[in-house]
Amino acid sequence: MADVNRGNRPLSPHLQVYRPQLNMITSILTRITGISLLVGAFLIVWWFIAAASGPEYYAYANAIITSWFGDLVMLGSLWALWYHALAGVRHLVWDTGRGFDLDTVAKMSWGVIVGSFALTVFTIIVI
Amino acid sequence: MVQFTLPKNSKITTGKTWPKPDGATNIRKFQIYRWNPDDGANPRVDTYFIDMDTCGPMVLDALIKIKNEIDPTLTFRRSCREGICGSCAMNIDGINTLACIYGMDEIKGDVKIYPLPHMPVVKDLIPDLTHFYAQHESIMPWLETRTNTPQKEWRQSIEDREKLDGLYECVMCACCSTSCPSYWWNGDRYLGPAALLHAYRWIVDSRDEATGERLDDLEDPFKLYRCHTIMNCTKTCPKGLNPAKSIAEIKKMMVERTV
Repeated sequence: MADVNRGNRPLSPHLQVYRPQLNMITSILTRITGISLLVGAFLIVWWFIAAASGPEYYAYANAIITSWFGDLVMLGSLWALWYHALAGVRHLVWDTGRGFDLDTVAKMSWGVIVGSFALTVFTIIVI
Repeated sequence: MVQFTLPKNSKITTGKTWPKPDGATNIRKFQIYRWNPDDGANPRVDTYFIDMDTCGPMVLDALIKIKNEIDPTLTFRRSCREGICGSCAMNIDGINTLACIYGMDEIKGDVKIYPLPHMPVVKDLIPDLTHFYAQHESIMPWLETRTNTPQKEWRQSIEDREKLDGLYECVMCACCSTSCPSYWWNGDRYLGPAALLHAYRWIVDSRDEATGERLDDLEDPFKLYRCHTIMNCTKTCPKGLNPAKSIAEIKKMMVERTV
């Protein structure tokens, strides 16, 4: 328990011993994808600003964003966007008080994971 | 605050390996967290071997066998041995549960036993639950009434009574709260699933007349809203209850009363 005075008592192990659960992994991934999407968002904004500031600077920015590394970041952002969106839908369902039995929770967890990859592939095919 | 690693005085070292029982053919290995407040050393993990042919089926049977036959200093709480008192809550095989109703046949490989996660340790498998109980007390776990006390009992319809099913069964073992990462990082101010399930138990009680005050008290960035629906609480509850759903219902009531 955080910030409670323990005296000289040790803190019992937590992350070190708790068996990872599907529900807790999909939960923390929601936050991780949410935060890392900022990187992709900043890159795209920078790309637009570069386009507005002239052909020379745009060529420089465009070269970085369409390089293999830029593609990798954008691909990751694409997946993160789908993952975060689907996990967000799951939270909307939960906010209505539905989907709390463990069976449904497991199904929605797999749905978010499989769905995010499927939609990423779908998006790549469409674009 | 989030701290992923253990503090210096809490890092776990390798402990003693106790001898195997003589002449046993069906041996199982147990790894158990030990900490003695009197020796000034860090916590350690001791290894024990048990003859499963002469041991009962539950994890608690093995712990009692170790205490009786191998190492009388092993310290843990237990009482009812049938999942109704909540004393023997601990982290077994990576999840929180009651040692008395968790069968060893459900565990693959060695049996690993730790105290409830992210809690101050009093000794060995005994966590300090003072703060946990104080949080329970803070939600006023009793019937609050304003009208005059009736001549007989406070009456309730069968339908209203049914709303308490799945809530009153909670034995306050602390498995859920100590499985919750949000409670790990913010347990000083976040009430945790157990206290919130009890809060909801009194909020939905048709006889209770302090529903508004109860909701007012929970309208707080930490007390209620540190729940991010991680669902570890419901997953681990040894009584099969659903604290996450109770918390969601409270959040819903918070919205409903303002719109």
